[in-house]
Amino acid sequence: MPKIKAPARSPHIDMTPMVDLFSLLLTFFMLTTSFRPQEAAIIQSPNSVSEKQAPDKNIMTIIIDKNGKVFYNIDNGKDTTSHARVNVLTEMAKQYQISFTKKELEDFGHLASFGMPMADMRKWLHAADSKEKEKFQTGIPTDSVDNRASELAMWIRFSRLTNSNAEVAIKGDAEANYKTVKKIMDMLQENKVNKFNLITNLEKQEVTLKDVPK
Amino acid sequence: MAEIIQEEKGKKGGKRRPKKHSTNIDMTPMVDLMCLLITFFMLTTAFSKPKIMVITMPEKNLDQKAPEIPAWRTLNIILTDKDVVYYYIGNADPKKPPLPVLSKSDFSKDGIRKVLLEKNKDLFTQIVNYREKRISGKLVVADSTADQEIRRMKRGDMKGPIVLIKADDKAKYKDIVNIIDEMAICNLASYAVVDILPIELELLKTAPK
Repeated sequence: MPKIKAPARSPHIDMTPMVDLFSLLLTFFMLTTSFRPQEAAIIQSPNSVSEKQAPDKNIMTIIIDKNGKVFYNIDNGKDTTSHARVNVLTEMAKQYQISFTKKELEDFGHLASFGMPMADMRKWLHAADSKEKEKFQTGIPTDSVDNRASELAMWIRFSRLTNSNAEVAIKGDAEANYKTVKKIMDMLQENKVNKFNLITNLEKQEVTLKDVPK
Repeated sequence: MAEIIQEEKGKKGGKRRPKKHSTNIDMTPMVDLMCLLITFFMLTTAFSKPKIMVITMPEKNLDQKAPEIPAWRTLNIILTDKDVVYYYIGNADPKKPPLPVLSKSDFSKDGIRKVLLEKNKDLFTQIVNYREKRISGKLVVADSTADQEIRRMKRGDMKGPIVLIKADDKAKYKDIVNIIDEMAICNLASYAVVDILPIELELLKTAPK
């Protein structure tokens, strides 16, 4: 009997279904994506039952890490051509008598959260990469010196003047001290902000009528 | 998964036919690129957008006097370290003894929530019933209308407690978020975060540990 030869198979695999699936996934991710912003510090937000979503635009965020360091972030507002960030930094520069070049201002406009004394701002802007930049993120001073408002208070004031529609969000670490948060809330209230958005993680809690003590 | 494209062997003699091209397109580079892109998007996507809890604070430095609150409605909550909640009802006034005694509680389900629910029983029942009616389909109203209705219920509440939240310097940020959250869970109508009084700091010293 002749040997039965297995028919020679082509090594070619039909990749069409795989490509189909990949295209679908890719389209899905491209459409749903909203990039995770780079944060100056790792924040473990506390939990709450609130399901309200944080706005994307027109928001100024004060970030408090667990050591009490304070970082700040503002966006460019609904209309990006208004360059809110650049304007705020220009005002701050005037206040602290630091002159920034046009390029430095522009760079600042593209960056995200920051936290350093104004004196270090230029070094931070010139730092080559994110690792280098991290070194300068030492927190914005929150104490007033010689009866002058603290730097954070100034940032808040100029942000309010530049973009008065911006909402205030406080992103505090769960372990942060309430004392620091209170100080910042007081500072905000001095600048006529009475509504705060506390950034939290969603954690559902079920409470029904059965839980009501008789 | 590379594809092997077999070269057609030239035939000797005969008619010259146009070379037959394989209909298979090599998709490997495309697949490679797609893999890369998918990985990139998967890693950079922030799926869950941050949620926010809104809190409105009373305006400061107003000349007008604070509204008078009946003492029996006032529930003072004092936060300090180690997840402990102290509370007392009424006012603590050093000029008017006896001073209230602090009760101890915590953030668990049977802790401060029970106290709040008991005090806020009427309003809580009212709101939960209203929400259930909507869920079961007996009542069909838009979300905004429902929100308005609940707000109206809260405004009309004349029996529920008025909670004053105070925290000393040892409190953590999460405590304050937890307690405000508890207010939302128990559907409390009126609460405010206020400064702690010196007399309350004194009371804390003698509070049960």
